[in-house]
Amino acid sequence: MPLQPRSNSKELAKTMGDIEPCYRPQEAKVEADRCLYCFDAPCIMACPTGIDIPGFIKKIANANLVGSARVILESNILGASCARVCPTEVLCEGACVMLDRDEKPIKIGRLQRYATDALWEKKANPFPKTPKRNGKKVALVGSGPASLGCAAELARLGYQAVVFEKDAEPGGLNRYGIAYYKMTPEVAKQEVKWVKDLGVEFRCKSEVGKNVKVEKLLKDFDALFLGVGLGKAHRLGIPGEDKKGVVEALEFIRWIHTKPLHQVPVGSRVAVIGCGNTAIDAVTQAKRLGAKEAVIVYRRGEEDMPAYEYEYELAKTDACGFLFHTAVVEVLGGKEVTGLRLAKTRTDKHGKTEIVKGSVFEEPFDMVIKATGQEKQAPAWKKFLPKLKFDDKGRIEVQKGTGQTSVPKVFAGGDAVNGGREVVNAVAEGKKAALAIHAMLSGQKVAGPIQGSRLGHQDGPRGSGFLQPVRVPELEAAYFTAMKNGAHRG
Amino acid sequence: MADLSINLAGIRSPNPFWVASAPPANTAYQCHRAFEAGWGGLVWKTIGEPIVNVSSRYSSLDLNGQRMVGFNNIELISDRSPETNFREIAECKKRWPDRAVIASLMTDTRENWHEMMKRSLDSGADGVELNFGCPHGMCERGMGSAVGQNPDVIETIVGWVMEAAQIPVIVKLTPNVTDVTRSARAAKKAGAHAISLINTINSITQVNLDKMCPEPYVAGQSTHGGYCGPAVKPIALNMVQGCAADPLVQLPISGIGGISNWKDAAEFIALGSTGVQVCTAIMHYGFRIVEDMIDGLSDFLDSKKMKSVNDLRGKAVHTIGNWENLNLNYKRIASIDYDKCIGCNLCYIACEDGAHQAIALVSPNGHGLGPGRLPGKPVPQIKEVECVGCNLCSLVCPVDQCITMVDVSTGKKPMSWKEYQTRLAAREMKAIPAHA
Ligand SMILES: Cc1cc2nc3c(=O)[nH]c(=O)nc-3n(C[C@H](O)[C@H](O)[C@H](O)COP(=O)(O)O)c2cc1C
Ligand code: SF4
Ligand code: SF4
Repeated sequence: MPLQPRSNSKELAKTMGDIEPCYRPQEAKVEADRCLYCFDAPCIMACPTGIDIPGFIKKIANANLVGSARVILESNILGASCARVCPTEVLCEGACVMLDRDEKPIKIGRLQRYATDALWEKKANPFPKTPKRNGKKVALVGSGPASLGCAAELARLGYQAVVFEKDAEPGGLNRYGIAYYKMTPEVAKQEVKWVKDLGVEFRCKSEVGKNVKVEKLLKDFDALFLGVGLGKAHRLGIPGEDKKGVVEALEFIRWIHTKPLHQVPVGSRVAVIGCGNTAIDAVTQAKRLGAKEAVIVYRRGEEDMPAYEYEYELAKTDACGFLFHTAVVEVLGGKEVTGLRLAKTRTDKHGKTEIVKGSVFEEPFDMVIKATGQEKQAPAWKKFLPKLKFDDKGRIEVQKGTGQTSVPKVFAGGDAVNGGREVVNAVAEGKKAALAIHAMLSGQKVAGPIQGSRLGHQDGPRGSGFLQPVRVPELEAAYFTAMKNGAHRG
Repeated sequence: MADLSINLAGIRSPNPFWVASAPPANTAYQCHRAFEAGWGGLVWKTIGEPIVNVSSRYSSLDLNGQRMVGFNNIELISDRSPETNFREIAECKKRWPDRAVIASLMTDTRENWHEMMKRSLDSGADGVELNFGCPHGMCERGMGSAVGQNPDVIETIVGWVMEAAQIPVIVKLTPNVTDVTRSARAAKKAGAHAISLINTINSITQVNLDKMCPEPYVAGQSTHGGYCGPAVKPIALNMVQGCAADPLVQLPISGIGGISNWKDAAEFIALGSTGVQVCTAIMHYGFRIVEDMIDGLSDFLDSKKMKSVNDLRGKAVHTIGNWENLNLNYKRIASIDYDKCIGCNLCYIACEDGAHQAIALVSPNGHGLGPGRLPGKPVPQIKEVECVGCNLCSLVCPVDQCITMVDVSTGKKPMSWKEYQTRLAAREMKAIPAHA
């Protein structure tokens, strides 16, 4: 059976609706009141953008919702997206002191959504005072989270920021690449509007290499920021890969964001190859759009999957299938895909996966979604900007903390630099680049939001989450080492 | 099991827990329910010339998610006729002979007071309570706190009542005075058998900032209400102890004000109350709360090897005295248990901004790690030399028993301010230098 819509709007409103609806006022108040209002709070340190989390929560408790949203957006212009898509359990919520009191951490993500939704509903302007323009101009390529983070910060520092986007609408992955039940396109659009309200200019359908020349950008602007993300999905490199019905995960998710839900085509038996967070987004949405079966095919085991625990749980709740230790050998079918030839794998003694001889089998599928990661932009950008240096993995090389590339005046951040991380990391990198651009063009340094308390810390300031975020796995590692060395249990 | 029964100025009840004169004590129906739940006594909703109430009547202070931390009302006395009230009292007393039923009274002239005393006696009530406390409405008509705020008037009216008294008379005092012991002394002087305190405190709990008018809202207007509930307990305890310790009062006390559980009750009793009365906690949760009050108090007394609740009475009264007698050479300092600390740093900021800058933030190394103690995130450490032992950090710390105050030896003999002054005058010592 070919790909086709498989559900009606009424059903889809249910299956594709918000998985975690906005708090009602009473719920938000109760949750906000639980926050201890820690001083020098660990959640701030665990937030890559360094949002003053206890500060915004206290404002919710005090019924100052616009003020609360302002605190969030001042640190993270994509605070509304991040509230929905951040893996909070390994970021802010994973650092919450409540965990140490044997209590549930404060639901920071949901409170953040409550505040930002309120701002949106009230149609209030988070930044009523736009700064005076300083006459300097910065061009940004790509309009995803990194560029938005960078542009917003630049605009607030007085720069004229111009964003060049190849798509018809700005937002990048934030607009087209997030699971629908986590975030609707409206959120991304609203965030772009907040950035526009700061005076940032967007030029859509402007693609470097087509109708935009890098040389001209370098000539016309005082600095250039590359927030170009990643390229197309990796090729599987197996026979039959180009058959009809084989789709890239991000392309599939893009359909969901650009077509009415009841017109999004999907298979009846869907295989998703890969097991990262994008693969989970794809498999759950395929199921929710009406696929009878949706199955993850992954070369390694459950314990190796790169997807977050929370995402895995979601897919299990949606009754998606999992074929672990399974490799794809060939895509079967004529013009259209009819199935996959698969083989079992095992891990050899060097930790590499190998195919088990004689274990080949076939499974019928009418849709195959590729979610094994995306290619880097290196090949294209080597042409546009020959002096730009890349690392051995094809990521743009930058100076840590500033995003400055090997080319003078050119900065970069987001997936193109980090190889593909969270929205919040992209925003933080964009922000850091903005501060570095400002330092370069004005000679002035803008200090990160370091709390006063650090001054009293004998080991010297370590910075807020923004300057040096703490990932919770990192915290756990340090914790266990300390325990081994005889530290107290707290 | 300790004996919980009390005898307050001749009024006996199987336990010290009485329903206070208020909405829960309005009708026979409620009285039956209260006694079924286990309450030892009930002071009837104040009886007088029936009044007309307004709508709405209550408002509250909510705190960080906790409802009715403080409660305020603008209701007047009973809106039912004295006939109905006394008839129902008789009915309740007949059905519950072992419980105390007390008639709360409010009226004006000498004749009327005599009349009310007679009707109370006839109803079979175990005693009466004179409502000299109501801070709203009734005082505008020369009753309630208008009486209770003037010791001379208290003395006169209690005198009238005593002329006709054949059952115990309790005088209920208003806290809306500068020195409640003056009111208590007046009651004593006029011959009252007991006092009860506190009635409600003049208050406005909140202003509705959209209507620019407080709650309780009555057609665009409000009025000063009487404040009660958990928030007033400290004020009530202070007044109860003040009366208990006053050599010129020496009357049995029925303690009232913010009592919600056995512990609150035990504190009132330790500060000199014979029994206690409860209103707001019942209005919040119903009569059923008495079950744990009885159970908890009994277990507590057993744990302290006290045979009777009367053994607890007044036990802490004498530990409260004048400041000038406190030992200047006693010292305690804060101590942090790092196994319990969650790293919120609330103690740090409280001491730094609100107290004595006696807490440092130091590297967490060696102090354990947990979610709140991220690598590199500083943890608090007491600067023992700077700590003045104010308690603040231990009060803000959200973890029980994490910051404790520990005694430290100063190596000096105890010396009160009074002794200090004497020794200074006698040139036996030099002045203690002022704090830097
Ligand atoms: C520890 C402490 C010391 C105080 N010392 C003074 C004082 O020296 N002079 C003064 O006028 N009020 C003093 N006050 C009273 C406060 O100024 C204020 O009137 C009172 O605390 C009520 O306000 P609040 O509920 O915001 O605390 C003190 C209060 C506290 C808690
Ligand atoms: S007891 Fe008072 S002075 Fe001592 S550390 Fe705590 S807050 Fe500071
Ligand atoms: S207030 Fe208590 S839990 Fe919080 S940092 Fe201080 S000692 Fe630790």
